[in-house]
Amino acid sequence: MNPQVARGEAESSGDGNGRGSTEHLLALRGFSKSFGPVRALHNVDFEVDAGEIVALVGDNGAGKSTLIKAIDGVQPPDNGEAYFEGKKVRISTPQAAENLGIATVFQDLALCDNLDVVANLFLGKEMVDGVPVHVLDEVDMEQRSNQLLKDLSVTTLGSVRTEVGSLSGGQRQSVAIARTLIGQPKVVLFDEPTAALGVSQTAQVLGLVKRLAEEGLGVVMISHNLEDVFQVANRIIVLRLGERVATFDREKTTPEQVVGSITGADTAEMRRIEDETQQKLRGERDE
Amino acid sequence: MEGGVAGQLRTLGKEARGGLLGRILHGDLGGLQVFIALALIWVIFQLANDRFLSAVNLTNLMLQVTAIAIISIGVVFVLLLGEIDLSVGSVSGLCASIMAVLSVQHGWSPVLAILIGLLAGTSIGLFQGFFNTALGIPTFVVTLAGLIAWQGAQLQVLGDTGTVNLPPSTITDLTSTFYGAGVGWTLAVLVTGAVLATGLLERRRRQKAGLEPGPLPGLVIRTVLIGAVMFIGVAILLSDRGVPLAVLILLALLAIFAFIAKRTTFGRHVYAVGGNAEAARRAGIRINRVRLTVYALASTLAAAGGIMAASRLIAVNQSSGSGDVLINAIAGPVIAGTSLFGGRGSVWTALTGALVIGSISNGMDLLGLQSSVKFMITGGVLLAAVTFDAIARRQRSQVSVT
Repeated sequence: MNPQVARGEAESSGDGNGRGSTEHLLALRGFSKSFGPVRALHNVDFEVDAGEIVALVGDNGAGKSTLIKAIDGVQPPDNGEAYFEGKKVRISTPQAAENLGIATVFQDLALCDNLDVVANLFLGKEMVDGVPVHVLDEVDMEQRSNQLLKDLSVTTLGSVRTEVGSLSGGQRQSVAIARTLIGQPKVVLFDEPTAALGVSQTAQVLGLVKRLAEEGLGVVMISHNLEDVFQVANRIIVLRLGERVATFDREKTTPEQVVGSITGADTAEMRRIEDETQQKLRGERDE
Repeated sequence: MEGGVAGQLRTLGKEARGGLLGRILHGDLGGLQVFIALALIWVIFQLANDRFLSAVNLTNLMLQVTAIAIISIGVVFVLLLGEIDLSVGSVSGLCASIMAVLSVQHGWSPVLAILIGLLAGTSIGLFQGFFNTALGIPTFVVTLAGLIAWQGAQLQVLGDTGTVNLPPSTITDLTSTFYGAGVGWTLAVLVTGAVLATGLLERRRRQKAGLEPGPLPGLVIRTVLIGAVMFIGVAILLSDRGVPLAVLILLALLAIFAFIAKRTTFGRHVYAVGGNAEAARRAGIRINRVRLTVYALASTLAAAGGIMAASRLIAVNQSSGSGDVLINAIAGPVIAGTSLFGGRGSVWTALTGALVIGSISNGMDLLGLQSSVKFMITGGVLLAAVTFDAIARRQRSQVSVT
């Protein structure tokens, strides 16, 4: 059994050097990004399907955040092509990403502590009635907030009229996640969703992540915590020094193998697997 | 880092502290503390001088606070952004001077002169806002420069004489018009009825939508309290000269801007920018546009306040808008519970804060105290209020850090 031949890779090589990418919800081909002499990303392919959770792992400086920023339009890549639902797209601004249906849950949450849950959920997308003056439609917003949180099984909040500043870390993360769904996205990117959370709060947030995938959304999650990754991810993509070095099927791999890949393992076995992967990736690109 | 158990314990603790004392300590009395302060001040001054709560003096008090309260409405919006505007005093003086010179020396119609005065305020706000939003210069510095520069402009506009007296006209009518019983009682009935009707309507809408309608006793208490204030207030005003036009203008402005702050997208965005500007930006809110609008609004309302002050003084002179105008306009809302740190507060604090400061000033005038004592006491009240705000803020952040 070779854990490196994972579902995504097999599909990519199967559909003619992976550049048609019609069956992927979001596919990136040959993404590169340099900051002066520093190569942050080098010829990286990436893909996520509807209903799938892809974990993006790697050591500090491996290029995870750069890749996420390239996907959500914050920092467009120097080279590379992006396909969304099979169509070639350009994601040059955060607005463009949002219009496509790509939403990001930021690490620092980006919530307004002084506003209540409803106001935060609808921030910048307020429902209004009255044409000349934009009068807030609080009743409809509250109703939709309740429905949204119910759909996500977020039950710990109490009232949606609670000020966000008085919520716990896990509750705030839940609000931040629910917030991205107001725009009805198709792909949700998470940057370290469980960092700084306690045990039960982590479980709560991971539950939410899973539920998004069950709803048919494509989920991409950066995490340092392999335990979390193994709980929810379908596929695990490893970046090292700006290159995609391995792809694992969660069910056919162990945390040890992933760690080996992240660190550039010392064992001969790991080196062999890695070389194979590199060759395979290189081969794919040369085609 | 803490688990769910600790979080639950904390929640429990928070609920246990939910009593009145706990809410006072947490600073979320919903502005109740300012009414307690106001009641105390009124009782003390009434005991010291029994003319304090007379109809004549209360009518005077209302006329005295009108100009400052109008300026404070704009200041509240600036404070909600977490910014400051130190130029409102100078702007009020300059715009009143422009209006007076146009109307008296150049013979323009009073209405047109008032309009130009207000527009001058708007332009100043946009000008100062440009430096903050486009060039990133802190409002503290921009408006400090404005404080000095607009005062100079005022001296220039007033010219050699330094004083322009206002003959009787629409301008002076603004503060010398009083309405009788008909207008007074209609106002009281309309306001009370509107509070009750909107409250019931909202309950109906929420019930229809399957939402918790909110406590009925709360609505009843609110209606009764506002009704009592309106009817007793109108009765007092009618037993003196009547209901002043100036007070009607003030109440209308308060109602309009309170609505804008709490019920419109723009108001929501002002609170969001003040609470977390980066979050607002990422949510797609054009934060510089929100800021620019607020600065323009604040300077326009400063001009309106200056015009009301000129109307009451029946003149504009070199000291119009100087002295304690600026500090009272900012201190009022802060004393009444609008946070200096942004994101928290209400437009109504413009009125309640102005009433606190106005009452102290008026009461001490009745007692014949000197300016020195007045300034020191007003300063003490401001310090106490800001300290209260800071402590409440720390309590809140302790609750939210997990």
